[in-house]
Amino acid sequence: MTYLQLTKRAAAATLLPMGHNRQRKRGSTRRTMGSAVVLAASAIALSGCVSVNAPDKPIVIELNVNIKQEVIYRLAQDAGNTIDKNPGIF
Amino acid sequence: MVKRFISVRKIALAAFAASLVVAAPALAQRTAAYASARAAGEVGEKMDGYLGIVGAATPALRAMVDDLNIKRRAIYAEKAPAASATIEEYALTSGCLAISRTVPGEKYQAPDGQWHTRGAAAPMRDARCPG
Repeated sequence: MTYLQLTKRAAAATLLPMGHNRQRKRGSTRRTMGSAVVLAASAIALSGCVSVNAPDKPIVIELNVNIKQEVIYRLAQDAGNTIDKNPGIF
Repeated sequence: MVKRFISVRKIALAAFAASLVVAAPALAQRTAAYASARAAGEVGEKMDGYLGIVGAATPALRAMVDDLNIKRRAIYAEKAPAASATIEEYALTSGCLAISRTVPGEKYQAPDGQWHTRGAAAPMRDARCPG
Protein backbone atom coordinates (compact mmCIF):
# COMPACT_ATOMS: atom_id res chain seq x y z
CA MET A 1 0.00 0.00 0.00
CA THR A 2 2.68 2.44 1.09
CA TYR A 3 4.91 1.31 -1.73
CA LEU A 4 2.22 2.06 -4.27
CA GLN A 5 1.59 5.52 -2.91
CA LEU A 6 5.28 6.35 -2.95
CA THR A 7 5.58 5.12 -6.50
CA LYS A 8 2.66 7.22 -7.59
CA ARG A 9 4.03 10.32 -5.94
CA ALA A 10 7.46 9.78 -7.47
CA ALA A 11 5.99 9.32 -10.92
CA ALA A 12 4.04 12.55 -10.59
CA ALA A 13 7.14 14.43 -9.52
CA THR A 14 9.12 13.34 -12.60
CA LEU A 15 6.25 14.04 -14.94
CA LEU A 16 5.33 17.48 -13.71
CA PRO A 17 8.45 19.41 -14.77
CA MET A 18 7.97 18.15 -18.34
CA GLY A 19 5.37 20.51 -19.62
CA HIS A 20 4.00 18.21 -22.31
CA ASN A 21 2.77 15.59 -19.94
CA ARG A 22 1.13 18.16 -17.78
CA GLN A 23 -0.60 19.80 -20.67
CA ARG A 24 -1.82 16.54 -22.04
CA LYS A 25 -3.18 15.57 -18.69
CA ARG A 26 -4.99 18.84 -18.28
CA GLY A 27 -6.42 18.54 -21.76
CA SER A 28 -7.79 15.10 -21.07
CA THR A 29 -9.43 16.32 -17.88
CA ARG A 30 -11.03 19.14 -19.76
CA ARG A 31 -12.21 16.77 -22.44
CA THR A 32 -13.73 14.43 -19.84
CA MET A 33 -15.52 17.30 -18.21
CA GLY A 34 -16.75 18.50 -21.57
CA SER A 35 -18.16 15.14 -22.49
CA ALA A 36 -19.81 14.88 -19.10
CA VAL A 37 -21.53 18.22 -19.67
CA VAL A 38 -22.65 17.08 -23.12
CA LEU A 39 -23.98 13.83 -21.63
CA ALA A 40 -25.87 15.65 -18.90
CA ALA A 41 -27.29 18.11 -21.38
CA SER A 42 -28.44 15.35 -23.73
CA ALA A 43 -29.96 13.46 -20.83
CA ILE A 44 -32.03 16.50 -19.87
CA ALA A 45 -33.00 17.06 -23.48
CA LEU A 46 -34.11 13.44 -23.91
CA SER A 47 -36.19 13.25 -20.76
CA GLY A 48 -37.99 16.44 -21.68
CA CYS A 49 -39.69 17.08 -18.37
CA VAL A 50 -39.31 15.85 -14.83
CA SER A 51 -42.43 14.42 -13.21
CA VAL A 52 -42.68 14.03 -9.46
CA ASN A 53 -45.23 11.61 -8.08
CA ALA A 54 -46.17 11.40 -4.42
CA PRO A 55 -45.63 7.87 -3.04
CA ASP A 56 -48.84 6.05 -2.23
CA LYS A 57 -47.23 4.40 0.81
CA PRO A 58 -46.21 6.32 3.92
CA ILE A 59 -42.53 7.13 3.98
CA VAL A 60 -40.76 5.08 6.64
CA ILE A 61 -37.55 6.56 7.90
CA GLU A 62 -35.09 3.90 8.93
CA LEU A 63 -33.11 5.60 11.69
CA ASN A 64 -30.68 2.78 12.16
CA VAL A 65 -29.79 2.41 8.50
CA ASN A 66 -26.43 4.04 9.03
CA ILE A 67 -25.29 1.49 11.57
CA LYS A 68 -22.89 -0.85 9.85
CA GLN A 69 -22.81 -4.59 10.29
CA GLU A 70 -19.12 -4.47 11.19
CA VAL A 71 -19.90 -2.17 14.11
CA ILE A 72 -22.54 -4.59 15.39
CA TYR A 73 -20.12 -7.50 15.09
CA ARG A 74 -17.48 -5.57 16.98
CA LEU A 75 -19.91 -4.74 19.79
CA ALA A 76 -21.55 -8.17 20.04
CA GLN A 77 -19.21 -9.60 22.65
CA ASP A 78 -19.38 -6.51 24.85
CA ALA A 79 -23.16 -6.22 24.57
CA GLY A 80 -23.55 -9.92 25.36
CA ASN A 81 -21.57 -9.48 28.57
CA THR A 82 -23.68 -6.46 29.49
CA ILE A 83 -26.89 -8.47 29.08
CA ASP A 84 -25.44 -11.30 31.17
CA LYS A 85 -24.53 -8.90 33.95
CA ASN A 86 -27.96 -7.23 34.03
CA PRO A 87 -30.46 -10.10 33.98
CA GLY A 88 -33.05 -8.04 35.84
CA ILE A 89 -33.70 -5.65 32.96
CA PHE A 90 -33.05 -7.86 29.92
CA MET B 1 -13.91 27.50 53.71
CA VAL B 2 -11.81 24.36 53.50
CA LYS B 3 -14.18 22.56 55.83
CA ARG B 4 -17.09 23.55 53.70
CA PHE B 5 -15.37 22.21 50.60
CA ILE B 6 -14.78 18.88 52.29
CA SER B 7 -18.39 18.65 53.38
CA VAL B 8 -19.53 19.30 49.81
CA ARG B 9 -17.24 16.52 48.66
CA LYS B 10 -18.63 14.21 51.31
CA ILE B 11 -22.17 14.93 50.18
CA ALA B 12 -21.18 14.26 46.60
CA LEU B 13 -19.59 10.97 47.61
CA ALA B 14 -22.66 9.99 49.61
CA ALA B 15 -24.87 10.80 46.62
CA PHE B 16 -22.64 8.70 44.39
CA ALA B 17 -22.78 5.80 46.84
CA ALA B 18 -26.56 6.13 47.00
CA SER B 19 -26.78 6.02 43.20
CA LEU B 20 -24.78 2.78 43.24
CA VAL B 21 -27.24 1.28 45.71
CA VAL B 22 -30.13 2.34 43.46
CA ALA B 23 -28.42 0.86 40.40
CA ALA B 24 -27.69 -2.42 42.18
CA PRO B 25 -31.17 -3.99 41.72
CA ALA B 26 -30.41 -4.18 37.99
CA LEU B 27 -28.09 -7.04 38.85
CA ALA B 28 -30.95 -8.99 40.40
CA GLN B 29 -33.17 -11.34 38.45
CA ARG B 30 -36.30 -10.23 36.62
CA THR B 31 -39.17 -9.12 38.79
CA ALA B 32 -42.20 -11.42 38.87
CA ALA B 33 -44.25 -8.80 37.01
CA TYR B 34 -41.65 -8.49 34.24
CA ALA B 35 -41.15 -12.26 33.97
CA SER B 36 -44.89 -12.93 33.70
CA ALA B 37 -45.41 -10.08 31.20
CA ARG B 38 -42.69 -11.57 29.00
CA ALA B 39 -44.09 -15.08 29.28
CA ALA B 40 -47.61 -13.83 28.52
CA GLY B 41 -46.39 -11.93 25.48
CA GLU B 42 -47.55 -8.58 26.86
CA VAL B 43 -44.10 -7.14 26.33
CA GLY B 44 -41.62 -7.97 23.62
CA GLU B 45 -38.07 -7.30 22.56
CA LYS B 46 -37.79 -4.59 19.93
CA MET B 47 -35.05 -4.43 17.30
CA ASP B 48 -33.69 -1.20 18.76
CA GLY B 49 -32.67 -2.81 22.03
CA TYR B 50 -35.64 -1.71 24.10
CA LEU B 51 -38.84 -3.36 25.31
CA GLY B 52 -42.19 -2.68 23.73
CA ILE B 53 -45.79 -3.27 24.75
CA VAL B 54 -47.35 -5.78 22.38
CA GLY B 55 -51.08 -5.51 23.06
CA ALA B 56 -53.14 -2.99 24.98
CA ALA B 57 -51.06 -0.79 27.23
CA THR B 58 -52.20 -0.60 30.83
CA PRO B 59 -50.74 2.12 33.05
CA ALA B 60 -48.94 -0.50 35.12
CA LEU B 61 -47.46 -2.14 32.03
CA ARG B 62 -46.40 1.21 30.62
CA ALA B 63 -44.73 2.20 33.89
CA MET B 64 -42.83 -1.07 34.09
CA VAL B 65 -41.66 -0.97 30.47
CA ASP B 66 -40.62 2.69 30.76
CA ASP B 67 -38.67 1.93 33.92
CA LEU B 68 -36.86 -1.01 32.35
CA ASN B 69 -36.12 0.94 29.18
CA ILE B 70 -34.72 3.88 31.16
CA LYS B 71 -32.42 1.47 32.96
CA ARG B 72 -31.43 -0.15 29.69
CA ARG B 73 -30.66 3.20 28.15
CA ALA B 74 -28.55 4.16 31.16
CA ILE B 75 -26.50 1.00 30.69
CA TYR B 76 -26.17 1.54 26.94
CA ALA B 77 -25.06 5.10 27.62
CA GLU B 78 -22.47 3.86 30.08
CA LYS B 79 -21.10 1.03 27.93
CA ALA B 80 -21.23 2.56 24.46
CA PRO B 81 -18.49 5.20 24.91
CA ALA B 82 -16.19 2.59 26.46
CA ALA B 83 -16.66 0.53 23.29
CA SER B 84 -16.20 3.60 21.05
CA ALA B 85 -19.77 3.32 19.83
CA THR B 86 -22.91 5.42 19.88
CA ILE B 87 -25.79 4.56 22.22
CA GLU B 88 -27.89 3.60 19.18
CA GLU B 89 -25.23 1.24 17.85
CA TYR B 90 -24.80 -0.40 21.23
CA ALA B 91 -28.56 -0.60 21.74
CA LEU B 92 -29.15 -2.14 18.30
CA THR B 93 -26.48 -4.76 18.97
CA SER B 94 -28.08 -5.53 22.31
CA GLY B 95 -31.43 -5.79 20.55
CA CYS B 96 -30.02 -8.40 18.16
CA LEU B 97 -28.81 -10.43 21.12
CA ALA B 98 -31.89 -9.93 23.27
CA ILE B 99 -34.09 -11.16 20.39
CA SER B 100 -31.80 -14.18 19.96
CA ARG B 101 -32.19 -14.96 23.64
CA THR B 102 -35.98 -14.90 23.67
CA VAL B 103 -37.51 -18.26 24.54
CA PRO B 104 -40.48 -19.87 22.76
CA GLY B 105 -43.70 -18.03 23.59
CA GLU B 106 -42.07 -14.63 24.07
CA LYS B 107 -42.66 -11.77 21.64
CA TYR B 108 -40.08 -10.06 19.50
CA GLN B 109 -40.10 -7.48 16.72
CA ALA B 110 -39.09 -8.82 13.33
CA PRO B 111 -37.43 -6.71 10.60
CA ASP B 112 -40.89 -6.11 9.07
CA GLY B 113 -41.76 -4.17 12.24
CA GLN B 114 -44.43 -6.65 13.33
CA TRP B 115 -44.55 -8.56 16.58
CA HIS B 116 -43.83 -12.24 16.25
CA THR B 117 -44.04 -15.03 18.78
CA ARG B 118 -40.78 -16.83 19.23
CA GLY B 119 -41.03 -20.44 18.22
CA ALA B 120 -38.54 -23.27 18.30
CA ALA B 121 -36.76 -21.90 15.24
CA ALA B 122 -34.34 -18.97 15.29
CA PRO B 123 -36.07 -15.58 15.35
CA MET B 124 -36.23 -13.35 12.27
CA ARG B 125 -33.63 -10.65 12.81
CA ASP B 126 -32.06 -7.71 11.08
CA ALA B 127 -29.63 -8.80 8.36
CA ARG B 128 -26.83 -7.01 10.20
CA CYS B 129 -27.26 -8.99 13.41
CA PRO B 130 -24.33 -11.25 14.33
CA GLY B 131 -24.78 -15.00 14.09
